[in-house]
Amino acid sequence: MRSTPVPPPFQRLLDEHGPALHRFCLAQAGPDHGPDCFQEAVLAALRAYPDLRDSTNLRSWLFTIAHHKVIDHHRRTRRLEPTADVGAHPEAAPAMAATDPDAPDAQLWAAVALLPDKQRGAIALRYLADLPYADIAAALGCSEAAARQNVRAGLARLRSEVTR
Amino acid sequence: MTPTRDPLVDALRSAPTADLEADLEGALARAEAEGLVDVAYARTDSPVGPLLVAVTPAGLVRVGFDREDDEAVLDELAARVSPRVVRSARRTDEVRRELDEYFAGRRDHFDLPLDWRLARGFRRQVLERLHAEVPYGRTVSYLELATLVGNPKASRAVGTAMATNPIPIVVPCHRVLRSGGHLGGYGGGLPAKRLLLALESGEAPLL
Repeated sequence: MRSTPVPPPFQRLLDEHGPALHRFCLAQAGPDHGPDCFQEAVLAALRAYPDLRDSTNLRSWLFTIAHHKVIDHHRRTRRLEPTADVGAHPEAAPAMAATDPDAPDAQLWAAVALLPDKQRGAIALRYLADLPYADIAAALGCSEAAARQNVRAGLARLRSEVTR
Repeated sequence: MTPTRDPLVDALRSAPTADLEADLEGALARAEAEGLVDVAYARTDSPVGPLLVAVTPAGLVRVGFDREDDEAVLDELAARVSPRVVRSARRTDEVRRELDEYFAGRRDHFDLPLDWRLARGFRRQVLERLHAEVPYGRTVSYLELATLVGNPKASRAVGTAMATNPIPIVVPCHRVLRSGGHLGGYGGGLPAKRLLLALESGEAPLL
């Protein structure tokens, strides 16, 4: 019988992945809601940690949790603003643009926040979490090919919206 | 991270950061309120070198000397207590305060609740007895301590109990000497043992 490795002290995960996890949440949910997504992700991870069966890919595990917290946040926001025509008005984005519309890349992060969940998630898991496509596919619950396609489609959409 | 030819990807990769520490602190405060932190630890300086102190809801569970690798101590806590191990200045505040007072010569006993779970069986019995009955400034021999727990032939096992004491300084294994007054061994190194004995005999103002 193979013995599964004991999960390392949780603090080590926070030290190794905390900064990237924080940026991952803020980039997708903005400065107002990003911190809350981050905290929810840390709490959910702590709750599940002692019962973790497989501690071989903790980075992927942690970012998958955060990905779901970001999606929860966006679903809540959409429910609260049912009339918002999401996607058509990037200037109405609730995310990064909310602080300083003149900040570098504010337009970019506003556009990221308005991407469909799978595209936004795929892009963030790829470029902010630096996960391999196999892990991104697992986090999104799709095939690796579909994960790549979501990254491509998301990039294309951002290009068309940001570089105008 | 290698720069790509794609400025959009580079811009995505350089997402802005914000106040991570505050958000982390907020998360851990909530985690503690929910009872999700099983082991809280901090590092603290002392005259016997940097110490690692770890507490559980039951009390002080581990004091680690600098010569033990901190990461190895944390691995041990993760494996034997719970992997929910996080750094917390607040939860370890009382321990660090009492240690500071002790090293300053202003405290001759600790009022900390202790979590004995890292010591088992006979070893634990010996350590509890030592903690309860050998006060500040006193010393005993391995043989005397073995006799105290009703097993005078067990001085070797008593030695093992001292060597594996998870809560040194607070559980005063530095007060246990070889017969004839030889120092014996010490997990924190013999200079540390000498220093603690000198402190308790009133010889050395340390701070």
